[in-house]
Amino acid sequence: MCLGIPGRVTELFEEHALRMAKVEFGGVARTVCVEHVDGLEPGDYVLVHVGFALARIDEDEARRVLEILEQMGELAAELEALG
Amino acid sequence: MKHLDEYRDRAAAQTLLDEIARAATRPWTLMEVCGGQTHAIVRYGIDALLPGGIELLHGPGCPVCVTPLEMIDRAHAIASLPDVVFCSFGDMLRVPGSQGDLLSLKSRGADVRVVYSPLDAVAVARRMPDKRVVFFAIGFETTAPANAMAVVLAHESGVKNFSALVSHVLVPPALTSILQTPGNRVQAFLGPGHVCTITGAAQYEAIAARYRVPIAITGFEPVDLLHGVLAVVRRLERGEVAVDNAYARVVRADGNEAARRTVERVFEVCDRRWRGIGTLPKSGLKVRWEYREHDAERLFDVADVGAEEPAECISGQVLRGLKKPCDCPAFDKRCTPETPLGATMVSSEGACAAYYRHRRHALPLAEAVS
Repeated sequence: MCLGIPGRVTELFEEHALRMAKVEFGGVARTVCVEHVDGLEPGDYVLVHVGFALARIDEDEARRVLEILEQMGELAAELEALG
Repeated sequence: MKHLDEYRDRAAAQTLLDEIARAATRPWTLMEVCGGQTHAIVRYGIDALLPGGIELLHGPGCPVCVTPLEMIDRAHAIASLPDVVFCSFGDMLRVPGSQGDLLSLKSRGADVRVVYSPLDAVAVARRMPDKRVVFFAIGFETTAPANAMAVVLAHESGVKNFSALVSHVLVPPALTSILQTPGNRVQAFLGPGHVCTITGAAQYEAIAARYRVPIAITGFEPVDLLHGVLAVVRRLERGEVAVDNAYARVVRADGNEAARRTVERVFEVCDRRWRGIGTLPKSGLKVRWEYREHDAERLFDVADVGAEEPAECISGQVLRGLKKPCDCPAFDKRCTPETPLGATMVSSEGACAAYYRHRRHALPLAEAVS
C-alpha cells in the first residue's frame, strides 16, 4: 500500500492552483502532484505514491527501485494503475 | 518459495547476512512493521536465511487489512445509492464486506471506480456535477497527505459534490499497543520506510526511548531489510536503544514538513478501530469540522452500520506478532484470499495472504529449529 514508484520529472506546471509535474515512469508519462516537494526541476527524480511526489531521490536509487519492483512483479500492475 | 538466489544484489545480501551472523550471539525477536516489508520477506525467504535465533514477526502495517469490516459495509451502503459514484484504490475494492466486495456492486448497476490518485476522484466529481462522488480515503501517514490534498483541492476550487469516507490510521499508536500487549515478544522494530519519509523519525525516537526498543527505519528491498536487521541486532547486542535510519537514501530525519502541514490542515487525530485489533486511542485521522461538507461520514447516514468478525479468526494475534499465519487451524482451509476470515488474509500485503501466496504452510526450517 505504501509503495513508491520512482520517476523522472520532465515538465512542471500549475493546475487548479496546485504544483504539478509530468513524470516519466519507464517511458510512460503521467501527471503527478508535487505540492509537497519543493524546488524540483526537470530531470530530477521523485518517489511517487498515489499520484503524489513523496520525496526527491537520486537517479541510482530510482534505477534500483525500478529493478526491484519489476522483479517483485509489481511494476506492471502499478504502471497499469497509473492509467 | 522464491529465494535470494534470484536477487540481483545477492553478493551484498550475503555480506549483510554474514555480518548479522557475526553480530548475533543470542536469539532476538524483531518485527517488521510494513505490509510491503512482510511481502518482500516472505517472497525472498529472508526470514529463513537469517541466523537461527533471529525471528521476524509480521506487523500491523497493511492499511487495507486493518480497515474495519463495518467501514467496508458503510462504503457498501454509500456506493449502493443511485446518485453516488464511489471511488477507491483498487485493492480496497476487492476486500469482501458482509454484503460482498465493492467491485461486485458494479454488476448491480452501482458506479464504482478504481482510481490511482485521490485527485482523480476530484476530477471525476468535476466532470459529473450531478453525482455525489465519494472517495474511500484509507492508508497510513504515507497516503494521508495525498488524501488531504484532494479535500483541499475540492474545497478551494468549489467541487462541492466530492467527499471522502475517511478511515486513516497512524503507525505509532499500533506499535505502542503491541509493546503494551501482555505476552509481547517484540524486542526491536524494522520501522516503516515510506511512512517516515513523511513523519520523520521523532515519534519513533519517543517510542524507542520509552519502551527501550531499538528501531531501524527500513526500506523494502532484501538488502534494505537486512540492513535494518543488522542495525537493530547490533543495538540489541550492545544493550543500546536508538533509532537508526537504515533507509537514508530516501528518508530524511525530519521527514516531509510540507506534507505534514497538508494533513494537519484537513485532518485531526481521533480514536480508530483497527480490524483484528480493536479500538486504539488517538490512532486515526478524521476530517476537521472546517471541511465537513467533504466528510462522507457526516453527509451519509451510515454511522450505525456495524459488523461482526468470525470468532475463529486469529488475525488480531498475528497483527500483534503473537502468532504466525500457519498457527491458525483455518489457514488455507476455511480461510483463503478468496474467502478471507479476517484482516491478514484480505490484502496481498497481509501476513496470512503472503504466507498463502508463497506456500508457507509451516515455519521456515531455520526458525523451527531455533
